[in-house]
Amino acid sequence: MPTENLFAPLPPEGEPPRMVTIEFNGAPLALLADAPLAAGLLVAGVRRFRASPVGGGARAPYCMSGVCFECLLEIDGVPSQQACQVQAREGMKVRAICGKPT
Amino acid sequence: MTDTAALTPRDVLPASSPLVGEDAPNFGKSAGEGAVQYETTLEHNQHPPLPQPLPREGGGVSCAAHDLIVIGAGPAGLAAAVTGSRHGLRVLLLDEQPAIGGQIYRNITGSDKRRARILGNDYTQGAELARLLAASTVEHWPDSAVWQVGADKSVQVLRNGISQTLRAEAIIVATGAIERPFPIPGWTLPGVMTAGAGQVLLKSAALIPHEPVVLAGCGPLLYLLAAQYLRAGVKPRAILDTSPRVDPRLALRHAGDMLLSWHDVAKGVGLLREIHASGVPFYRDVRELRLEGDKRLERVSFASERQTHVLDCGLALLHQGVVPNTQISWSLRAEHRWNDDQLCWQPVRDEWGQLSVPGIYVAGDGAAIGGARVAGLQGELAALGVAQALERRSPANTVSRADVLRARLRRHLAIRPFLDRQYRPRDEYRIPADEVIVCRCEEVTAGAIRALVALGCVGPNQAKSFSRCGMGPCQGLQCGLTVTELIAQAAGLTPQEVGYYRIRPPLKPLTLGQLAGKTIHEHEVMRLNAQDSETFFTALDQPARFNKKLTTALKEHEQRVISE
Ligand SMILES: Cc1cc2nc3c(=O)[nH]c(=O)nc-3n(C[C@H](O)[C@H](O)[C@H](O)COP(=O)(O)OP(=O)(O)OC[C@H]3O[C@@H](n4cnc5c(N)ncnc54)[C@H](O)[C@@H]3O)c2cc1C
Ligand code: FES
Repeated sequence: MPTENLFAPLPPEGEPPRMVTIEFNGAPLALLADAPLAAGLLVAGVRRFRASPVGGGARAPYCMSGVCFECLLEIDGVPSQQACQVQAREGMKVRAICGKPT
Repeated sequence: MTDTAALTPRDVLPASSPLVGEDAPNFGKSAGEGAVQYETTLEHNQHPPLPQPLPREGGGVSCAAHDLIVIGAGPAGLAAAVTGSRHGLRVLLLDEQPAIGGQIYRNITGSDKRRARILGNDYTQGAELARLLAASTVEHWPDSAVWQVGADKSVQVLRNGISQTLRAEAIIVATGAIERPFPIPGWTLPGVMTAGAGQVLLKSAALIPHEPVVLAGCGPLLYLLAAQYLRAGVKPRAILDTSPRVDPRLALRHAGDMLLSWHDVAKGVGLLREIHASGVPFYRDVRELRLEGDKRLERVSFASERQTHVLDCGLALLHQGVVPNTQISWSLRAEHRWNDDQLCWQPVRDEWGQLSVPGIYVAGDGAAIGGARVAGLQGELAALGVAQALERRSPANTVSRADVLRARLRRHLAIRPFLDRQYRPRDEYRIPADEVIVCRCEEVTAGAIRALVALGCVGPNQAKSFSRCGMGPCQGLQCGLTVTELIAQAAGLTPQEVGYYRIRPPLKPLTLGQLAGKTIHEHEVMRLNAQDSETFFTALDQPARFNKKLTTALKEHEQRVISE
């Protein structure tokens, strides 16, 4: 039965993984610390990172290595940041680039 | 030019302003607005002058504080940096990742025992490189994304939200490979990712699939990931192998080369044995692969051995080999050749790895795919070349070491022709049917490109101007190879004749605010009224796009700041 999150952490052997709290689209969200922001969001069940600027279809990280730019988010007010290339930080303010530009 | 005319809010506003260059990258902005600039297409196939970096005296280090700048901290860059410092060079190592390691040794310094066991021996070998770096005099800047390299050996790097200019006597580009595009129906759906992405998530965050996962494609990395998932306790729903059946005679013909590269062969055989022993369904000779679903991936369909299959799954990881990431060498207008065996571009280099642009070298998978060991040897060779060119090493000494390195390179590369044949990605997955999206950013289909070719458009740059293909934020990094091959096939030309996109900086998303640093805020804003200054600050956060007017405006602004 598919659930929302595409990925999950390996079951912890010792301490549970460290978390940070960010603000995602205005609401608080607990994310894995010490990991790329895009990775944490995938674990948190975020499926749609942005809408394609042409057809408006949902897009989510594809390459995780800085190639495809499908993970673009607004981070701390700066638009079009590659969420796979940025580590999650406490208090980060993150927004999905929403909708089709008019 | 008057003071305020130098850089007004109107000038820095994106897209709709006349500032926007006709093929400026579209960093996450609308396709609609910018789509008007189609007129200036014809000069696209002529080579414009080399990109000139902006002189940014105020922004950062501008005098050459280093002899050598190495871009990329994978095996090639690490070997180059350590070798350079051993020969007395002052070396700066830049990488956009938070830690060293590159693709193969990603997060090597932050990994734990369990991850090391899952990832295998090859991965843990990276620890030695990390140790060598720590013991050296190399200065390493993590989180530093290079967005331009100039032929004058300047490097523009974005670090801590501010862009700076660096200069050195020589530059070694070791930016590695990217996964080959895999344009098939449905590849833009959420839930479809690459095997490389799966590996990054495992290495950098210890993540495993939470959905039933299907691995599809071909090449050693796909099998490696499958084996790593099995070791992590994840049993993939299926593995769909797209490689064509190998003629056993081919293997025989390459038996000698295989002996030379026995290590790599044994590794490949070991991985496959691990996969087969696990009992994961393994489909061979997979054709007509499609990814299906409404808003996200729900199933894959394919044909294998004369039967069609449909499998439910929420996650599919695709892979069909890696190709050099040539954005920097293309942006330098360096000479490139199409390699018909590896089906990709390779920058032309001399025996040390130097490009047709003097003083700039490329080492590792960014030049030609050879894997981690080859990358390390090439990194060392390039650094020797630099040390020799800068007269830091006696030539006799250099020559004997270089000969040793070149002999090792030959041995490690012996297996390549066999691998290239065995894992040659099928035409149907490289040059797709009309309805398949080729350019993910601008949603341009293969059919649209073919239609342009029918109208007489036979160059990627013309195709870009007419269709916006390759004009999105990735600047064609994702679709470039596909577009070259598509046009070549449709026009009956060779990929070499068709050529590649003209790549322009910035190579990474960059806002005007990051580019200008603080200086513009302080000096320029004082000249604006309240309403304008708000527009201005908003504009500073917009993605930067270059064209002549903006470049001139920034230069003039800096002149003024310096003279004031
Ligand atoms: C996604 C992926 C996963 C791979 N996994 C494996 C594996 O597990 N095992 C294996 O044997 N091979 C793997 N490979 C093959 C890999 O290419 C080689 O094994 C080896 O890592 C190549 O070494 P390199 O030094 O040439 O480049 P890389 O190791 O790729 O290093 C390049 C470095 O350059 C940095 N960089 C790139 N562009 C910029 C820029 N503009 N500014 C700053 N820094 C930049 C990158 O962050 C990276 O750290 C993988 C390849 C890919 C694409
Ligand atoms: S997921 Fe591809 S660039 Fe971030």
